[in-house]
Amino acid sequence: MPAPPTVADAVAQAHRREWAFVLAATVRVTRDIDLAEECVQDAYARALEHWASDGIPASPGAWLTTVARRRALDLRRRDARFTRSLPLLADERAETEADHEQPHEVADDRLRLIFTCCHPALATAAQVALTLRLVCGLSTAEIAQAFLVSEPTMAARITRAKKKIAAARIPYRVPGAQELPQRIEAVLSVVHLVFTTGHTAPGGGALVRADLVERSLDLGRMLRLLLPADGEVAGLLALIVLTHARSATRVSEQGELALLADQDRSRWDRVAIAEGAALVQEALRARAPGRFVLMAAIAAVHASAPSFEQTDWAEIVGLYDRLAEVWPSPVVALNRAAAIGLADGPQAGLLALDELSDEPALAAYRYLAAARADFLRRLGRGEEARAAYTQALALTENEVERAFLRDRLATLQP
Amino acid sequence: MAGYLILLYENEASWADADELTSHEIYAEHGAFGEANRAAVSGGNALAPSGAATSIRRDSSGELTVTDGPFVETKEALGGYYLIEAADLDQAIGIAKQVPARFGGVEVRPIRVFD
Repeated sequence: MPAPPTVADAVAQAHRREWAFVLAATVRVTRDIDLAEECVQDAYARALEHWASDGIPASPGAWLTTVARRRALDLRRRDARFTRSLPLLADERAETEADHEQPHEVADDRLRLIFTCCHPALATAAQVALTLRLVCGLSTAEIAQAFLVSEPTMAARITRAKKKIAAARIPYRVPGAQELPQRIEAVLSVVHLVFTTGHTAPGGGALVRADLVERSLDLGRMLRLLLPADGEVAGLLALIVLTHARSATRVSEQGELALLADQDRSRWDRVAIAEGAALVQEALRARAPGRFVLMAAIAAVHASAPSFEQTDWAEIVGLYDRLAEVWPSPVVALNRAAAIGLADGPQAGLLALDELSDEPALAAYRYLAAARADFLRRLGRGEEARAAYTQALALTENEVERAFLRDRLATLQP
Repeated sequence: MAGYLILLYENEASWADADELTSHEIYAEHGAFGEANRAAVSGGNALAPSGAATSIRRDSSGELTVTDGPFVETKEALGGYYLIEAADLDQAIGIAKQVPARFGGVEVRPIRVFD
């Protein structure tokens, strides 16, 4: 029998799983994000104490919500400072006190919270920071560390964003049907950015920031639960799940970068791959699959291939063609060219890459130089390959990637 | 409800180059905008070009000096404004998107409320 969870574990788990739910429900009462955060933090502190003496409640989220909301109402009653009507809940009347006595009837306000954090009137960096702070419950210090900025800088960014929400009256609301697709896209972009930042850290000694990847997975699952009919939501979750399923093999035990071709596929997470593939299947049935569905479909082809050589590269090129239509971007074009090289040989790949050489957005993009270098190496054009690897090396700050490129350079015959 | 100021920033050279037909078309668009949003729009004006602007600021000795030109020189200059009432930023953005500003764009600023 597993040991019963300790109170500290239960509180930590509730923090991870219930933070957004508890905060979102509390914001409704306080109409003030800062005050709500204070009350929710207080509720978690009380949980440590009360659960130790009274036992862990059956529904920790409901318990925490009740305590946080009660605290908010107390503060409002006691302190006139909190009774002024703040402009946060611009189009919602604050709930009456009677609403709070039935915790199991607490509405799920997480979508409101998410759409407020990812409002297009906030800068992208602020959207990401607010989402990690308010939806995932990360501390300012943790977010600052993840994005390699100082804590005061991150604190200022979050404060500025909260002030704008109040001053400009960014509503605490799920957008109407007409704006919804665009607003969901904005939310998905934020989650995707959290994921990509975690997947390949922008700098520093480690390739992967596991905490950010985990958070993006949490967010993806939460959105899937809250917006089950949206194909792109399913697509992004699938993309994260499928990419994450291969994460154990991306770096060797020595901390070296392992390319897809060299990864030990027996160590990929088959359960996660099955989950991701099922999501892709479902999302592909949508009338017009969007970028995340197509990216996930590509990841699914990779994940289900028995080996690098036996990968269905023609299928991957076809999916990149469709992706380039719905999401034309230089990076997509680059990946498409790389896939052509694997489907039709390095000469064809090199030709496809050459078409992109005038693309200004790719001039300083390390993966263009690295892909060129790889095709040139396969074609036995050593000198040109050397120049391309050297160029790629000059363009990356990630130490794991740098080590890989230096290694490739060393293996080229002079 | 809350107040928002919608500031129109447009390229003055484009305005100056516009023929009469185009100008009339734009005035008609503003008329239609005002008509469609009559309930929300509580005021607004077009401004004379920034060449007519005069700026007044303190110099290093604390004296007020008067100079020719707008406070800040920009390619797209402030050329007009609407004052509107909206429930929240989303509604304000919805209205601002309808403002005709073909030679530039608009900025939405909440009116500050003092308790």
